[in-house]
Parts: sequence; structure tokens; C-alpha cells
Amino acid sequence: MKKSAFLGALTVASIAASAAVAQDASTVDQIKERGKLNCGVTTGLVGFAAPDANGQWNGFDVGVCRAVAAAVLGDANAVEFVPTTGKTRFTALASGEIDMLARNTTWTFSRDVDLKFEFVGVNYYDGQGFMVAKDLGATSAKELDGATVCIQTGTTTELNLADFFRANDMSYEPVPIETNAEAQQQYLAGACDVYTTDASGLAATRATFEDPSAHVLLPEIISKEPLGPLVRHGDNEWGDIVRWTLNALIAAEELGVTSANIGELGASAGANPEINRLLGTEGTLGEMLGLDAEWAKRAIMAGGNYGELFAKNIGEDTPIALARGLNAQWTEGGLLYAPPFR
Amino acid sequence: MYHMTSMTDPHRGQFRLSMLFNDTRYRSLTYQAIAAIVLALAIWYLGNNLLQNLRTAGLNISFGFLGDPAGYDISQRLVEYDSQSSHSRAAIVGILNTLLVSFLACVTATIFGVVAGVLRLSNNWLVSKLMSVYVEIFRNIPVLIWIIIIFTIMTAVMPAPRAFRGDTPEATMLLDMFAFTNRGVYTPGPYFTSPFFANPFLNWVLVLAVLAGSLFATRRVAHWATGVQEQSGVRPTTWYFTLGLWVVPVGLLLLVMGLAWEIPELKGFNFKGGIKVGGALIALWFALSIYTGAFIAENVRAGIQAISKGQTEAAGALGLRPRRTMNLVVLPQALRVIIPPLISHYLNITKNSSLAIAVGYADVTATLGGITLNQTGRAIECVLLLMAFYLTISLLISVGMNFYNKSVKLKER
Ligand SMILES: N[C@@H](CCC(=O)N[C@@H](CS)C(=O)NCC(=O)O)C(=O)O
Repeated sequence: MKKSAFLGALTVASIAASAAVAQDASTVDQIKERGKLNCGVTTGLVGFAAPDANGQWNGFDVGVCRAVAAAVLGDANAVEFVPTTGKTRFTALASGEIDMLARNTTWTFSRDVDLKFEFVGVNYYDGQGFMVAKDLGATSAKELDGATVCIQTGTTTELNLADFFRANDMSYEPVPIETNAEAQQQYLAGACDVYTTDASGLAATRATFEDPSAHVLLPEIISKEPLGPLVRHGDNEWGDIVRWTLNALIAAEELGVTSANIGELGASAGANPEINRLLGTEGTLGEMLGLDAEWAKRAIMAGGNYGELFAKNIGEDTPIALARGLNAQWTEGGLLYAPPFR
Repeated sequence: MYHMTSMTDPHRGQFRLSMLFNDTRYRSLTYQAIAAIVLALAIWYLGNNLLQNLRTAGLNISFGFLGDPAGYDISQRLVEYDSQSSHSRAAIVGILNTLLVSFLACVTATIFGVVAGVLRLSNNWLVSKLMSVYVEIFRNIPVLIWIIIIFTIMTAVMPAPRAFRGDTPEATMLLDMFAFTNRGVYTPGPYFTSPFFANPFLNWVLVLAVLAGSLFATRRVAHWATGVQEQSGVRPTTWYFTLGLWVVPVGLLLLVMGLAWEIPELKGFNFKGGIKVGGALIALWFALSIYTGAFIAENVRAGIQAISKGQTEAAGALGLRPRRTMNLVVLPQALRVIIPPLISHYLNITKNSSLAIAVGYADVTATLGGITLNQTGRAIECVLLLMAFYLTISLLISVGMNFYNKSVKLKER
């Protein structure tokens, strides 16, 4: 049988079998006991989460997992990366197979409220776009009437797509696909005219093509896709840790704390009290989280601050070449705005 | 029976509790009762735990979501459906797609199986070896792999619709009527032009009704021919009669209804008009057919070999040619051996069709158990409904096939 139905059955079985006592151990304690963070990521989207030639996972979402592992366990490599598809990710999180999910996942009302997850923030403000072969000659998504469109199932993408074509009174043939790799293969074979998903994902996918210049992203962005890490409802302490680790990465960029100067800044209390509180040279923020004073320092050292993670994995100097755009700090005209560390 | 009699045993008055374990008359009953109680307790424990844990997790079992708009589109739909339709409608679309591919695959798998099974016993060395190779290759590789292989080859080898475009296209339509593309096969589709027959659905019902009438009439003719044969020993030639009964009424009806064919044409991104048989359907259908056909071939062979050689020899002695011996003597008897396992192959096809999502075919596992499950998060409800569906269908197939099995069984009088 198919994986998601299998996982569904597995959830039933595991919910049925786990006696109420087992749920009392908090997520942090479980992670500490295990010595590893189970982090759900994509099955492979270069730039966001993909294993390299040595089997080492790299990417922007992977960076969040590693930062959390560094904060909680003191080791950025103490992460078990669990590849999930658009369809399996929520079951994996709900059943406890993973502790957190960092997989280009859009924060929506129903996922938060009805599926009972807690989005801890946004690590990439995105929107859904369309990619077509250049020789198709299309210049706007409004010209796609009658096209065959590849989509990943279990995503917001397939719902937005239905709305968009309906609103514009156009028809299309959906080709539902499970993973980005299969979608890419179908698209390149010409089995679909259009590939649609989050614009960042399109850029990342196109960067891996043999000839990226033969494909264009159409100008329309048809939805809001705030992508962020999430945890299960019900363990707020754990939610706080993931939330504030993400905030620490964002605040570090705003405050000018980088992996290059953090050793110096974190050695002793300096002139900026917020930096001091963030890096644990002042105050007891770490203790409030149930961690030690240097939690945020380790998280930032794991892969650098938000800006460094962005530049290294998906930024303008990488083949994916995404501009900061909405994902710049609020001080630079973007939407990133970490609440104060106090 | 044994226990029944022991119950009315006159020595019953001397019953002691220890006899429940020591006395062979009661022991097996005792153990069965204990096992049943333990099983019931285990089920109760799991069920109760499930409900309890669901409640603490704030989840409740409710099927209300089935009435909400599904929000997603499905490309192959046998009934009207769009993204505003409900989840239950999406499930129905999926169910029909499951039934369609299962039915098609059962028919073709049976054809493949019978042909390969008979040919495997052929005296021609090459033919029989080729069939052995077919059987061994196809039944020893998982069907999921076949589905993916066939689909991948199709998308990679066949031309995209855009290859049909331009003054000197890379690909052309067969006979200007059929287009083979990597998205599927487009064929001309029938439609009715007469203004008096505007409802296509009713028209097809009418066509089926006329065909049923023809079937009845041809049966009468065959019956009459048998009667004549029994009296005179000579069977009258009836084939032109039968042919006429099949062709003329339905032909006239179609003429009156103004049957016309719509030829697919490249418009915009895709071929429009006619009938589209999607690539996913073809891959799934073909893979299920050749895979299960290999198993059926083995059954057919076993069934034929179960008929003693004497039967064939006797038929030969009566002057029947080998072909007729096979059709009139061997196969009818072999059916008794072939049909029971055939039932389970049909069940397997139906269940294996749930691998559809591997190629994006929108069967019920992909709609209800896939997208709906995922978008609503109602995993338990969706999986329960899926289980109920497959169970019902499987039981219906079993009942139907058992019925057929009874009708071909040796009638012992
Ligand atoms: N943001 C959307 C879509 C997420 C999505 O599926 N993204 C794709 C492409 S950006 C992906 O990450 N694919 C990787 C994989 O197939 O594992 C959602 O949360 O539903």
C-alpha cells in the first residue's frame, strides 16, 4: 500500500498502543536521552535540504535543524534527518517520528489550528510561481489555458493552483507527483508544460538543470507562502526552544553577530546589552528556556546567523541566486523582525 | 458433534471443574473460550486506548469533512467534478477510476493469461520457451516496479504534444486520427448529432439495450439451431444470421442518432477533442495486466495439465482436431481448476491498483487516501473509509466469481 496510508495506519497503531504515560516525557528530555534531534526535511531540494556526495545534509532548512541541535545538544551534527514528502510530513510529525519539521512548509490556518501544529516562525517568505520552457513562448501565467501542470500532492500548491485557474476561467490538467525529483523528471521529459511550486523551490530546481537558461519563471506569484519550521501542539517548552533558536539566528544578523565575530563577542559582556543577553554573558535567558547560557551562541556558530545561512545556501552568489527581497531584515525593508531578547 | 453428544452424557452429574483442563471432551472448548476472551480483551484495550489517546490529543473521529469543498482538481474524472465539489465527490471520482482500471486490467490480464498459459504447453519449442520467459520475468519482479518502468519509458520515448507542431513536425498522428504522446493516447471519440438524441448518457443506454436485445435474439437462433441439429443431425448454418442480428439493429440505431466521430486536434498546449486515455492509466493498466497475466498463465497451465491425457486422446480418437479438443473438451473441464485461483488474482488486481499514485493516477487511494487525507488531516477517517471500500469491492468480486464458479462446476447428479 501507499506510504501515507501506511503512515496513517501506523499513526492509528501507535496512538492506540502508546499508553498515556509514555506521552509525559517532554520532547526535550526525549531528545537529550536519545542524543539526537529527529528533524523532518525534504526528500531533496538543493539549497534547502539535500544530502551531498558524502551523505552530509546541507541547506537552508537543514541549517535550522542544526542550529536547534546545537542549542539543545551542543552538537550541530547530532541530527537525524528524516526525508519526508509533501504527503508524509504531517503524519511523521503528528506520530512523533520527528521532533520538528523544517521542510518548505507553508504556515496556514488549518495546518496550525485543525492539524494541531505550531509554526514557530517564518524562515522564508515565499509565493507560488510557474516555470515553463522558454521555447513555449509563454510570458504570463494567464496564457496557460489548457496546459498540463505538474504539482506536488499534499501541498498548498495544488489548492492555490485550482483557485488560480478557476478565478481566471482557465482549464488545466493536473499531474500529481510525490517528490520534487519526480516532478523535475516529468517536466524535463515534456510530460507537463508547466511546473508550479514555491518560487524558491522553482529557482532551486532550475539551478540543477543542465541548461537553466532554457526555462523561465513567469512573473505572476499567485499566493503567499510563509515557510517555517513547526512542531506538534501540546509541548510549549519545546515549541519555545525551536522558536527562539530561529529568532536568535535572525536577531544575530540584525545585531551584527556573525560566526566570524561571535567568539570575541561571546567571550565576555560587551557594550550592547541585547547581544550580551543573546549570547548569555548577561541575564538568564538560557535558563528560562531550560537550556544553558550559551545555547544561542552554539546555534549561531552551527552555520552562522540567518544572513550567513541565506548567503551560503540560496543567496545571490549560489547557483540558486535568490535575492533577499521580502527576506531582508526589517531595517533593510524586508519582513524579518525578531522580537526582543529580554 | 462429539461435544454435543458428550453434553447429553448421563455421567454429566459428576462434572468437576478440573475436567475443563483434564478431560479431552472439554479441553479444546476451554482453550478456545480462553483465546476468544484474551483476543476480545486485547481488541478492547487497543480500541479504548485509541479513543482515549485521540481524546487527549484533542482529535475526534468525525466524517463531517466529507461535505466540505475538496479544493483540488483531478484530471481523469468519469463523473462531473471540479475543485468546488466536495471531498466525498472526489472520493467517488477516485472510486470510479479504481473500478475502471481494475476492470480493464482484469479483462486484459485474463486474455494474456489464457493465451500465455495455453501457448506454454505448445509443442512448438520456441513458443513455449518464450512463454516461460514471459511468465518468469513478469511474476518475479514487483508490480510497482513494472508500473514505474512502463510509465517512465512512455514519458521518455513518446513525443510531447509540442513535437506535433510546426510545418515539419517531429511527430505525426497515425492515420490523422490517433495521437500517441507522452501524456497519453488520443483517439477519435463518438458523439451524436441528431437533435432528437441530445442526452449522450441515455443514448448509450439505448445502444446497450439494443445490444442486449441482439444477444437475446442470437441465443434464440442458437437454441433453434441446436434443436434442428438434434432432430436431423445437421446443424444449419447460422453465422450470417447471427452477424446480421448483431450488426443491423445497432447500426440502424446509430445511424438514426447521427453518430459522428470527433478527431483529436492539437490546440494550444494539448490535443483537444476525442477520447484521451491518460499515460498514467495506460501504464497502470498495462503493468497490472502483464504482471497478473503471468500468474494467470500458470493457473491456466495447471488447469489444463490437470485434465487427464486420456480425455485428449479420446477426443482425438473421435476425430476432433487439436484446436477443437482444446476448446470443447479440455478448457471447459480445466475451468473448474482455473477459476478459484482466478478470483484471488482479480482481488489482487483491484488491491494492487492502489499503487496508482506512483504514476499520479487518481484512484481512490490517491484522492480519498492521498490528497483528501493530507489536506484535511483526517487520517483515521480516510483510512477507515478506504478499508471499507476495498473490503466491499473484494467481497463483491468474490461473491460474483464464486457464483460463476458454481455455474461451471461439474454438475454431479
Ligand atoms: N509550501 C508548500 C509546498 C511545499 C513543497 O512541496 N515544496 C517542494 C518544492 S519547493 C519541496 O520542498 N519538494 C521537496 C521534496 O520533494 O521532497 C506547502 O507547504 O504545501
